[in-house]
Amino acid sequence: MLNVNIHNLKLKNPVMTASGTFGYGEEFADFVDLERLGGFIVKGTTGNHREGNPYPRMAETPSGMLNAVGLQNGGVEKFCKEVYHRIKHLDTNIIVNVSGSSIEEYCDVASQINELEKIPAIELNISCPNVKKGGMGFGTNPDMAAQVVSEVRKVYHKTLIVKLTPNVTSVVDIAKAVEDAGADCVSLINTMLGMAVDVERQRPYLSTITGGLSGPAVKPVAVRMVWQVAHAVQIPVIGLGGIASAADALEFLMVGAKAIQVGTANFIDPAITMKIVDGLEDYCNRHGIKDINDIIGII
Amino acid sequence: MKEIHDFTILERQQLGSRYFALVLGHGGCMQPVVPGQFVEVQVTGVREVMLRRPISVHDVNEEHGTLTLLIQIVGNGTRRLAELKVGDHLNVVYPLGHGFSTTIPARSKVLMVGGGAGIAPLLHLSKTLKANGMDCTILLGGRTAELIPVRTEFEPFGRVCIATDDGSLGHKGLVVEHPAFSENYDMIYTCGPTPMMKAVARSASKRGIRCEVSLENMMACGVGACLCCVTDTDEGHKCVCKEGPVFDISTLKKWYQC
Repeated sequence: MLNVNIHNLKLKNPVMTASGTFGYGEEFADFVDLERLGGFIVKGTTGNHREGNPYPRMAETPSGMLNAVGLQNGGVEKFCKEVYHRIKHLDTNIIVNVSGSSIEEYCDVASQINELEKIPAIELNISCPNVKKGGMGFGTNPDMAAQVVSEVRKVYHKTLIVKLTPNVTSVVDIAKAVEDAGADCVSLINTMLGMAVDVERQRPYLSTITGGLSGPAVKPVAVRMVWQVAHAVQIPVIGLGGIASAADALEFLMVGAKAIQVGTANFIDPAITMKIVDGLEDYCNRHGIKDINDIIGII
Repeated sequence: MKEIHDFTILERQQLGSRYFALVLGHGGCMQPVVPGQFVEVQVTGVREVMLRRPISVHDVNEEHGTLTLLIQIVGNGTRRLAELKVGDHLNVVYPLGHGFSTTIPARSKVLMVGGGAGIAPLLHLSKTLKANGMDCTILLGGRTAELIPVRTEFEPFGRVCIATDDGSLGHKGLVVEHPAFSENYDMIYTCGPTPMMKAVARSASKRGIRCEVSLENMMACGVGACLCCVTDTDEGHKCVCKEGPVFDISTLKKWYQC
């Protein structure tokens, strides 16, 4: 009833988790049956180990949070040698979020992940707002976005998802550019660039001054952008941004997302993804829907 | 194993104007909680508060299946928690983090230094250490006597020493100026304001005494996934929620020397 396909990926249901909010899955194993997820996207992985930005990296804002983690991760080699072997047995789609500060770095990471049998897809992160070089720089210009995607396409031979930033004038232009460059799927939205000030201390909350806003506060923007992109491209779209319930997930599906990712809500209820899967099942039963694909893109 | 559970508030105690204690139970068997571990509680009904609040475990009663939280009112989240009444529910994710080392040689002479809300985890710790046969000294500090809310609870588990900035109780001055602080110990544990913990760590390091500190950074997930609460250790950024909150100072030289 809930099965969906994204390019070559077969998902048990449309519910996945967003990169950077679910670690390597293991952190949530006490709360979630990981094999009941459609898939999960592991933490942004770069060519080398990255320490990320200095503390404080997080600020709570109304119905949301700002983060400026800055892609802290152990690097692609550590992922392939250590983490991969701890999680590869899981019967779900494990997707690696790939980040970099140069086209060479994106290609290097992507080609190493390409060799991992149990990783059926990567999510190319051209939208991280918290790194000085690369990241969002690639995702805000259609030509740059197309260039990085077409280079990665040459070395990566499985499902290539490209994660888009909302911090642009026209997300549709970027989506079309990466589709033409060979992307198999787009996911959106990454966080929105934001800022918050501690008025008592008279300074920004974040060490980096600005950071990425996530949580329910961004959801209407995300729904709008997914709707726009889903109507403009032929490739499948994965929707994310503030999803915290089955009803939220259904909004994204109805405007054209084939699957969804749950992010910040994992911090508030570590078992939320299971509740969303149950909620989708319940919705289909109540509405006499035999195949969830029947409601995808009805708006 | 970590779990998420709706607890019922069985008792509530107001401790001066700034602190209150909640005794929680859920009628079932509880997960074991190591001293120094914490819980993340959900705050409902406040627009500004979305994330859970990390609160250290003050006391555990395995026989009755209860845990006690000692909470300082500091912001919108804890102010809302202070409104909870006996019989209300509180959604809790627990037990979280890496706690204090309690498997040290028997009859070790140990010092626990707590300041402000940092006193909270030391009750469960002192109980456990006393049960393990340690010779315990508990040194509690605060600006005034009112800000050291639960000192009498410690009395069955060791010698209790007090330091207050205004001299309203015990020694007048900082905890590190209390005569008991400069005695020799096999191990020092500390939890409290950062400047206090750094002073304790610097002194312990100089005297060659093993020392553990419990850090408190702003957190989101509580399980080591979001990487928001990191502290800069000698081995790089580590999550306070997962690799801490308790760290041995041997990995925190950069932290306590500045």
